[in-house]
Amino acid sequence: MSSAGPGRPTDVTAPLAIETAGLRKVFGDTRAVDGVDLRVPPGTVFGILGPNGAGKTTFIRMLATLIPPSGGSARVLGHDVVTEPDAVRASVSLTGQFASVDEELSGRENLVLIGRLVGLPRAEAAERAAELLEAFGLTDAGDKLVKDYSGGMRRRLDIAASIVVTPHLLFLDEPTTGLDPRSRNQVWEIVRVLVAEGTTVLLTTQYLDEADQLADRIAIIDHGRVIAEGTSSELKALVGAGSLHVRLGVADQRDDAERILTELLDEPVALAGDPTALSVRASDPERAGDALSALARAGVVVTEFALGQPSLDEVFLQLTGRPADDTAPTEEVA
Amino acid sequence: MTATDTEPVLVEDTLRSALSTRVRPARPSALSTSLSFAWRAMLKIKHVPMQLFDVTAFPIMFVLLYTYLFGGALAGSPRDYLQRLLPGILVMTVSWITMYTGQSLNQDIGKGVFDRFRSLPIWRPAVLVGMLLADAVRYTIAAVVVIGVGVALGFRPQGGPVGVVLAVALLLVFSFSLSWVWTALGLKLPTPDAVMQTSMTVLFPLTFASDVFVDPDTMPGWVQAFVEVNPVTHLASAARGLMHGTLEAGHVGWVLLWSAGLVAVFAPLTMRLYNAER
Repeated sequence: MSSAGPGRPTDVTAPLAIETAGLRKVFGDTRAVDGVDLRVPPGTVFGILGPNGAGKTTFIRMLATLIPPSGGSARVLGHDVVTEPDAVRASVSLTGQFASVDEELSGRENLVLIGRLVGLPRAEAAERAAELLEAFGLTDAGDKLVKDYSGGMRRRLDIAASIVVTPHLLFLDEPTTGLDPRSRNQVWEIVRVLVAEGTTVLLTTQYLDEADQLADRIAIIDHGRVIAEGTSSELKALVGAGSLHVRLGVADQRDDAERILTELLDEPVALAGDPTALSVRASDPERAGDALSALARAGVVVTEFALGQPSLDEVFLQLTGRPADDTAPTEEVA
Repeated sequence: MTATDTEPVLVEDTLRSALSTRVRPARPSALSTSLSFAWRAMLKIKHVPMQLFDVTAFPIMFVLLYTYLFGGALAGSPRDYLQRLLPGILVMTVSWITMYTGQSLNQDIGKGVFDRFRSLPIWRPAVLVGMLLADAVRYTIAAVVVIGVGVALGFRPQGGPVGVVLAVALLLVFSFSLSWVWTALGLKLPTPDAVMQTSMTVLFPLTFASDVFVDPDTMPGWVQAFVEVNPVTHLASAARGLMHGTLEAGHVGWVLLWSAGLVAVFAPLTMRLYNAER
């Protein structure tokens, strides 16, 4: 870095969008965020994947300067969140888990208010509000009160409010939780356009496929700690492709089925509470198909089967159940 | 008709062009930011005009009740009593209405939109200052209602319109200052109910243990001592003086001193509570 002269065409010194070191947040006895080190390059989508209560929202709230860290450090676009909060606030936007819009105002009024608060003159704020309503398909609903909006509309308005001035970094805290699939696709579409236009996005989610769809890199967190980080394919390789779930016509045949599947797939078979159901990890769809044929040849009646992507649960089981993983929280033993 | 979410919504090109503005305008002034928040509060009243019930029905009730309940017994006739009572009842009514500030802040603050406000690079007290500026509009409406009803019942201010306007202005200054007590409570206490109960515990002695209803001469010494320092007494006396042209300047001085004191203590306290994590 020191050898790079001034005025070089490529800005090798451009700060990371997010850089945290040992970031911690303690509430009473709870270590909500417990030593997180992350580096997010600008212009990317970074996904934080974890179950409820993993510390995702707390992490974002610290980065958005809403709460101070208990320890460690965090820089956002080169600015320290503790010592330069206004510089951070000037380049980020937050879309909270519970829509950060004013329910008692109309959609248009919400956007005009934010426009005025970021310093747009009255006429420009109104113009910008109209432009955003149009872009987010909310023109017809613009003058209705937000409390009459559907979940998807509220989310879109929320994101629109976050880009009244397009931020360099956008925090999206569980942007699609509680949305129907259609609205979810719309939000994904918006995020893709935002990123294509150069905004860095930090996204938290409980859904593996959402992280998979949107994020360049993903960190999986649990009990406030990062337990795995990488690209989506790296993480999948870590976990395996998923599981083969089989439901039998008769419970009596489960022992046979278990034996055959274990033999062919070389993996332990999990027996579900339902006496006709069993599942087994299957990394290769072809072998899973062979295993199903083998069941049929042996006369085992299969009424249902599915080859699923690993769910977040499975990812967690895999990551936290592995003894070599030294960050596995002890609480997971139960 | 409720808003629906059916037609194909996203126009990708408009979205793209809507994203092109990355230059942040200059940070708005503290005043402009406060006025934006005042505008937000006024919009809420526009959407739910019922919110004005407390600044209209409440004052009418107060004036009618106290004039006709006490007037005959205390001053010979309601009309005579009204000349003394009205400035005081005006002070009392508006002081009571300031209480709603804390309650509505308590309800408001838990909403997600406050996270957005707190993540904007703006002058932070503006959220609250704006709210209080909008409240001043509500207080003015209440004052107009009280005076209007009073005049209809026979109140004749000897100090003329100028005196009345000055009295209302002084009242607004005090109410704005008193509201900071409620904003602090609104942020500190867990529920709107708790805010309401605490506010009433403060407001009852503050408004009744004053010279609003009767001359303090007949009260026991220790009550008189409280009445004498009570800012509501000074405010009521100042309002009477301004409205009837018999002002003793000392009362105005005390009111301004109390107002400055309330703001000096409770505004920073409110801001500390506002900045504290939730």
